[in-house]
Amino acid sequence: MKILVCISKTPDTTAKIAFTDNNTKFNEAGVQFIINPYDEWYALVRALELKETIGADVHLVTVGGVDCDPIIRKALALGGDEAFRINADSADSYYIAAEIAAFAKDKQYDIIFTGKETIDYNGSGIGGMVAELLDLPYVSIAAKFELSGTKATINREIEGGEEICEVSLPVVVSCQKGMAEARIPNMRGIMAARTKPLAVVEPVAAETLTSIVSFELPPAKAGVKLISPDNVDELVKLLHEEAKVI
Amino acid sequence: MSILIFADQAQGKIKKAALEAVQYGAKVAQQLGTTATALVLGPADNAELTALGNYGAAKVLHVADARLHEVESGVFTKIIAEAAGKEGAQVIVFPHNFDGKAIAPRVAARLKAGLVAGAVSYPDTSNGFVVKKNVFSGKAFANVNITSEKKIISLIPNTFPAVAGSGTATVEAFTPAVQDADFKVKVLKVETVSGDIPLTEAEIIVSGGRGLKGPENWGILEDLAKALGAATASSRPVADSGWRPHHEHVGQTGLTVRPNLYIAIGISGAIQHLAGVNGSKVIVVINKDPEAPFFKAADYGIVGDAFEVVPKLTAAVKQLKGN
Repeated sequence: MKILVCISKTPDTTAKIAFTDNNTKFNEAGVQFIINPYDEWYALVRALELKETIGADVHLVTVGGVDCDPIIRKALALGGDEAFRINADSADSYYIAAEIAAFAKDKQYDIIFTGKETIDYNGSGIGGMVAELLDLPYVSIAAKFELSGTKATINREIEGGEEICEVSLPVVVSCQKGMAEARIPNMRGIMAARTKPLAVVEPVAAETLTSIVSFELPPAKAGVKLISPDNVDELVKLLHEEAKVI
Repeated sequence: MSILIFADQAQGKIKKAALEAVQYGAKVAQQLGTTATALVLGPADNAELTALGNYGAAKVLHVADARLHEVESGVFTKIIAEAAGKEGAQVIVFPHNFDGKAIAPRVAARLKAGLVAGAVSYPDTSNGFVVKKNVFSGKAFANVNITSEKKIISLIPNTFPAVAGSGTATVEAFTPAVQDADFKVKVLKVETVSGDIPLTEAEIIVSGGRGLKGPENWGILEDLAKALGAATASSRPVADSGWRPHHEHVGQTGLTVRPNLYIAIGISGAIQHLAGVNGSKVIVVINKDPEAPFFKAADYGIVGDAFEVVPKLTAAVKQLKGN
């Protein structure tokens, strides 16, 4: 069994969001970078659980520069076997997906896991694009993944509920909460990660189809209007007459 | 040239987010001097299809194949790509809901069309084709230029509420070549919570946190939700403790919602929770801790004990609604 887990470097969930260069670049000053939580807590950990229960080689892939190495080492410390960094700017989702698909094409992965989206660009596109480029089935936003031989039973989230579906491997799956429980690397894992292979792969020629022109922050809230707990009628009145939402 | 809108359905009824996408697509069509075609896959009532004219669709392509009752992303991608070719679609619009997230990226890769996922604006065509989208989990926006010839936009639900007008759409049956072997993912079972409003489509949401102290106290929250015609939700600790089902969990790792009104009861407002609700138009916070960070993100707030405030609020809402 060979599993590929796609990981991405994102700012920490509590990072201050600000922009520089005339609002064209994310301000990285003082920001701590992490493995995108959906990639780590759900995609990677589920792959590791499968490795522990049925045996599997867990490969990691990311598209980015040398600044991604710390998060790759962390993913190796959690238990990934081998890592590959495609040495290119993660320009847009199509470009990233094209690089991952070109990398994975001849490597016979049985499962390709991604997170359901990254917490920075919220594109939720890599899994579906990679699946299409490799002509593989795709199950999005999965909360559960069970294997029986070469068949997977997957719960995917839909509006107001879940769909339980079945698919033969190979498959691409985007993962969310429910797939696995978050783990922290132990000292042995951290030591072992230092000597695990991290290969730098040169990118293939691929197009970008979108570009970010600028960023903006949402307008500041006017501030909360506090109402006395003894006067809830006033709140109902404001919601009805001022906010016009009830 | 035309604009194609993927209008998804559940049990034969066009979803609310899909109506919004159709209306959005029709406006984009107007902007670009062309017409909008809605594409509906799976069995649906004819009345549902013609009603799409009220949201601006000039034409509705319908594939009445019963196998399309549930989404198979590969099959849907093939059909949408075929329809896009047939209609000469320059722009394809999806609702940014579970269906849209499953399909739009595949279609984008197949057609080599730039994708803006999670759009919150109409395209600005004064210098390119720039669409504003949510980034950093609602904490910022990015203006994204789609540089490819074909373009795909998936629209965040409840960004532009759908308003029915009076148009007519011609309904055309469409029979793409789909083989049984194309259905690689087979749906064994669908488990939906019947009778409830899906959270992502709810206009009002009443949400509870640890401040409610236990699942046995959810009655006061449900009473308020019922009086308002609202859906109920919860914070992460509540879902993790098993007080409420996971599909009600709103926040960074749960659902992202964008209702007109979000009422948070006994939720402190951690940044991860705010990431799931900061697109709400109006936020009301009820918390006994005046220092709760949620008040900073709120429009209206009551500092007080939920067990006293919420029943009074329910009574006041009932009085307003005259029952």
